[in-house]
Amino acid sequence: MNQQVDRSKRRFLVAATTVVGGAAGVVALTPFVLSMMPSERAKAAGAPVEVDISKVEPGMQLAIAWQGKPVWVVNRTPAMLSKLPGLAPKLVDPNSDVPQQPPYCKNVNRSIKPEYLVVVGICTHLGCSPTFRPELGAPDLGADWPGGWLCPCHGSRYDLSARVFKNMPAPMNMLVPPHYYMSDSRILVGESTKKGA
Amino acid sequence: MKKLLIALLFAPLTVFASDEGVYLDKAPVNLSDYPSIQRGAKIFTNYCLSCHSAQYMRYNRMVDIGLTKDQIKKNLMFATDNVGSTMKIAMRPEDAAKWFGVPPPDLSVIARSRTPDWIYTYLRSFYLDDSRPTGWNNTVFANVGMPHVLWTLQGEQVLKKAGKDGSKPVFELVKQGKLTPDEYDATVGDLVNYLTWMSEPARMKRLETGVYVLLFLGIFFILTYFLKKEFWKDVH
Amino acid sequence: MSAMQKMMGWIDDRFPLTATWKAHLSEYYAPKNFNFWYFFGSLALLVLVNQIFTGIFLTMNYKPDTALAFGSVEYIMRDVDWGWLIRYMHSVGASMFFVVVYLHMFRGLIYGSYRKPRELVWIFGMMIYLALMAEAFMGYLLPWGQMSFWGAQVIISLFTAIPVIGDALSTWIRGDFVVSDATLNRFFAFHVIAIPLVLLGLVVAHIIALHEVGSNNPEGIEIKKVKDPVTHIPLDGIPFHPYYTVKDIVGVVVFLMVFSAIIFFAPEMGGWFLEPDNFIPANPMKTPPHIVPLWYFTPFYALLRAVPNKLFGVIGMGAAVLIMAFLPWLDRAKAKSIRYRGPIYKTFLTLFVISFIGLGYLGTKEPTPVHNIFARIFGIIYFAFFLLMPLYTSIEKTKPVPERIPE
Repeated sequence: MNQQVDRSKRRFLVAATTVVGGAAGVVALTPFVLSMMPSERAKAAGAPVEVDISKVEPGMQLAIAWQGKPVWVVNRTPAMLSKLPGLAPKLVDPNSDVPQQPPYCKNVNRSIKPEYLVVVGICTHLGCSPTFRPELGAPDLGADWPGGWLCPCHGSRYDLSARVFKNMPAPMNMLVPPHYYMSDSRILVGESTKKGA
Repeated sequence: MKKLLIALLFAPLTVFASDEGVYLDKAPVNLSDYPSIQRGAKIFTNYCLSCHSAQYMRYNRMVDIGLTKDQIKKNLMFATDNVGSTMKIAMRPEDAAKWFGVPPPDLSVIARSRTPDWIYTYLRSFYLDDSRPTGWNNTVFANVGMPHVLWTLQGEQVLKKAGKDGSKPVFELVKQGKLTPDEYDATVGDLVNYLTWMSEPARMKRLETGVYVLLFLGIFFILTYFLKKEFWKDVH
Repeated sequence: MSAMQKMMGWIDDRFPLTATWKAHLSEYYAPKNFNFWYFFGSLALLVLVNQIFTGIFLTMNYKPDTALAFGSVEYIMRDVDWGWLIRYMHSVGASMFFVVVYLHMFRGLIYGSYRKPRELVWIFGMMIYLALMAEAFMGYLLPWGQMSFWGAQVIISLFTAIPVIGDALSTWIRGDFVVSDATLNRFFAFHVIAIPLVLLGLVVAHIIALHEVGSNNPEGIEIKKVKDPVTHIPLDGIPFHPYYTVKDIVGVVVFLMVFSAIIFFAPEMGGWFLEPDNFIPANPMKTPPHIVPLWYFTPFYALLRAVPNKLFGVIGMGAAVLIMAFLPWLDRAKAKSIRYRGPIYKTFLTLFVISFIGLGYLGTKEPTPVHNIFARIFGIIYFAFFLLMPLYTSIEKTKPVPERIPE
């Protein structure tokens, strides 16, 4: 064995090979990690969806699929809307400060046109889809039930602006997706403004 | 001896199987010529996509050849309005089988199974033949069920001399189409260029990535070589 | 004692980590004279890891269903981000596996690595080779192209040559009267889990057996015969780690250059690694005009066709593979390595290599009468190499093999 081993040279070469090889390994792994992201097919299925809202009668809810998730369009009556401002003390986030909606929906109705609420129908607790309970003072929900949604999984309650009530398992309001009005009767869910499609 | 053995071991790899017995022209494939691929895409969607599908190809993939989604929607999409959808067709395979004898094949990967040269020659080798139900025959694909879809462009040609044993057949143009022969060849070239691109849309990215990978490995080789040399100083 | 040492001590009390590291790497003494041919063992391991890793990611998107399989492969090639890379790594990897394994086997052949006491290393290696052939054959059905379908059809039909039970056996293998959804589904099961498990087990056995007896070398000298009287370390041995680890890394990088060049610039390898006909979905009504197996099976395929009798053709093909397992007992020469052997052995070996490659070439060609004559000549040489070996290796004088590896 050679007595004059240049230890520092060896240490440098070992370190350099380890670092460069390790970095290359990480880079080589990225295609595999990226391959697990939504594919082009999933993205095509997640493309913006057009909805005809003229068929939604006052007080009714329409459910459509966007990115495979339920999106509700609710046509709220003036009576329903009138209850919303007064609920503030009972709500977690009455002013929609948490960005669970596009800026143009940060208002008490959480919508562009007051009557039409567009919301992703997924509970912010653990992802169940809540049940629409528009009837005021429903017997099982209490005399002061203002109408809204009840999550069947863990009982979270939301008002008719999809805002969550206090002391519920769900931490925040349901998500309002980006959308805009293509005409008076048609909206596009998934984009905030007309783009190059 | 050792070198001979190594050469022998790899000898089978150098033999390329492409002898079909039919004369094939060389297709002018150039996958970095985006305008050509775009022109080909237009011919493809106008002339091919009514009978043939390309069910694995998404319209929005054409962003890769320099088109915007709006351009794709406006100029190339007739059947659907979702730019992310695949190139499917309305024709049912059983109907197609009734009309053409066999259902027209899906064209997504046709350039990989048939080769670009084959398609390029095939689309320029239709000739008038009264004995065929469609009135057309083809020197590359004898008694083919497909009619000459591009005849308005090429015109009508007759076979003067059949190509025997891989020699080039001779055609005579009896009726001029909308394009001159040179223009027609260029148009088919564009179409084949598109078909070749569509058969493997990742190809350009593959070639580009390959350059970086090999460059890196070249540098890494130097590093590991010196590492090995340094340690092997110990061994006598 | 540092924290690191403490932790190692804690582990070593419960699991032989340091002992295993020493036994197989830092105190595994390998002959110091390994040459080019000794890269292919570690490279085979690398390709195995590549196949398993890329295979796992392919199963995330592949669908073993006759209606969906072909489309799911194109889906991987187009819609899955970087799916094309993963698929090419797997398809090119399959061919490279055989390139590496054939070179690895050839190394064993020329240096007599199969000889006593390494018979079991060789037997385990042959079993790996058999498992690998099954793995490649079943994997090739999965893309459900024309070649996938008709290749499987032909190979499964080989079993019909077996008297009495042949027909029932091939039907049982297919699970149907033709290659069908049932066949595809079970081949998928075997390809992704059953055979890989067997392969991994065999690879472990191959390495344990090797490390028990120690590696051979280009001289065919047993380094364990001459040890340092004090340390009991073979005088011609060097620790595998770091010497051969750093050397194998260089081999790995060079291999990766070749591997990447093919993946990125010629993944079809001119039709040798991915056949054009396999880009046509399987059609049970129409056989492609020119049907051949992938290149790594063609020597045996040529032998099958060379025999003008179905049963004996199948037997000949099977025998051609199995006879290699008997090498340790067929070779009677005093010296192991080609370096100490005489011209008769070298002539036989050269003829054998030419025959093997010749058969491989003929297996890709149409079976014309001229081709068949050549295939028969090559086939006879192929078997003569093995069957006459006891004779020509015992009569031929070998050069004296020294005790120590020469400088």
